[in-house]
Amino acid sequence: MRLAALFSGGKDSTLALLKTMEKEEVVCLISIVSKNKESYMFHTPNIGITRLQAKAIGLPLVQKLTEGAKEKELKDLKQAIRGAEERFNIEGVVTGAVESVYQAERIQKICHQLNLWCFNPLWKKDQQELLEEIISKGFKVIISGVFAYPLDKLWLGKKIDSELIGKLLALREEYGINPSGEGDEIETTVLDAPLFKKRVEILDFAIQCHGNSGVFQIRKARLTEK
Amino acid sequence: MILIVDMNYRKDSLGIYEFVLPIASIVKNFEEYTIKHYSELSQADIDKCTRVILSGNALRNKQSLTRTEDFTWIRKCEKPFLGICSGMQTIGIVFGSSLKRCLEIGMQRIITVKENPLFSSSFEAYELHSYSIQPSKELDVLAESESCVQAVKHKKKDMYGVLFHPEVRNREIVERFAVLPT
Repeated sequence: MRLAALFSGGKDSTLALLKTMEKEEVVCLISIVSKNKESYMFHTPNIGITRLQAKAIGLPLVQKLTEGAKEKELKDLKQAIRGAEERFNIEGVVTGAVESVYQAERIQKICHQLNLWCFNPLWKKDQQELLEEIISKGFKVIISGVFAYPLDKLWLGKKIDSELIGKLLALREEYGINPSGEGDEIETTVLDAPLFKKRVEILDFAIQCHGNSGVFQIRKARLTEK
Repeated sequence: MILIVDMNYRKDSLGIYEFVLPIASIVKNFEEYTIKHYSELSQADIDKCTRVILSGNALRNKQSLTRTEDFTWIRKCEKPFLGICSGMQTIGIVFGSSLKRCLEIGMQRIITVKENPLFSSSFEAYELHSYSIQPSKELDVLAESESCVQAVKHKKKDMYGVLFHPEVRNREIVERFAVLPT
């Protein structure tokens, strides 16, 4: 089955992509670049480097800019998927949805309207297991956004490893933080993964943080040999 | 041993993550389980299990609904049995019901219309289906949404079908099924 993967460059969409590539043929990636920082669907701090990540993976990227208004961004997503269908003859779409019925419902409806299959290979996956899987599979992932108390600028740019997972699990106990960021507490950026032929090297970055809301913005990056 | 029947488009498909493993993650707390694709089930698999769950599958997957010859064993099954989404549609077909076009994607309100051990009253549930069933005389209707039949039970067996996905929201329904007396 020829599939397109919705790709934000974060851990979930990258792990979903990896699982899909093990079972079906992925022919392109789709990224939605939202101007709206409050977007319900597509807010990701380093969406700008998805082009570099796509190059590292070796798949073409269909990119679509959206203003990010609540329902208009869905029309833009539909248009991007339709564009992928026309260019790459896809039969379906893969998402990295884990818990969000809001996201899953909307993408399922778009796929239904376009007569496409829709798959969510991380659906209902336990968040601790998800984090442990990305480590065991050799992903290099950094935290590129924090949006909840008590997370702060000290978390930004940190690599997700066993120690950091332990800290996130402790925050779940104390503050109810979703360790994998399912409540939009954290955003992540993947710098390397088994499906990457090259890894992303950060050359310049900026941290912008106010209290418990901040981003690790990659300003300049390049691909290097693994 | 709970038998989870994988209703996806082929064995070990991409759909297993979404429609089968979430069920397994619930029942593993109660009993050992095994997963078999519907196309490779043997009588021995059915004989050695304590109860059976038929999974759902992707919205575009209509294959299992046309392979009625793969499901004739359900007629003879006397073990506790739960069909989820396409699993309920399959129970319906096996017992002479017809499919009824009913597209629902997302959260819907479910109204219980007959007392049963799995759920009660009114609740919100996650839906992903193109068809419900027009139940035959062998099935009782347990629940409905505004649009269609949402749950059925065989009149003489511990055999249940739910059109919504309890493994997504309402996990307790699967938990209650997992402890029904065998």
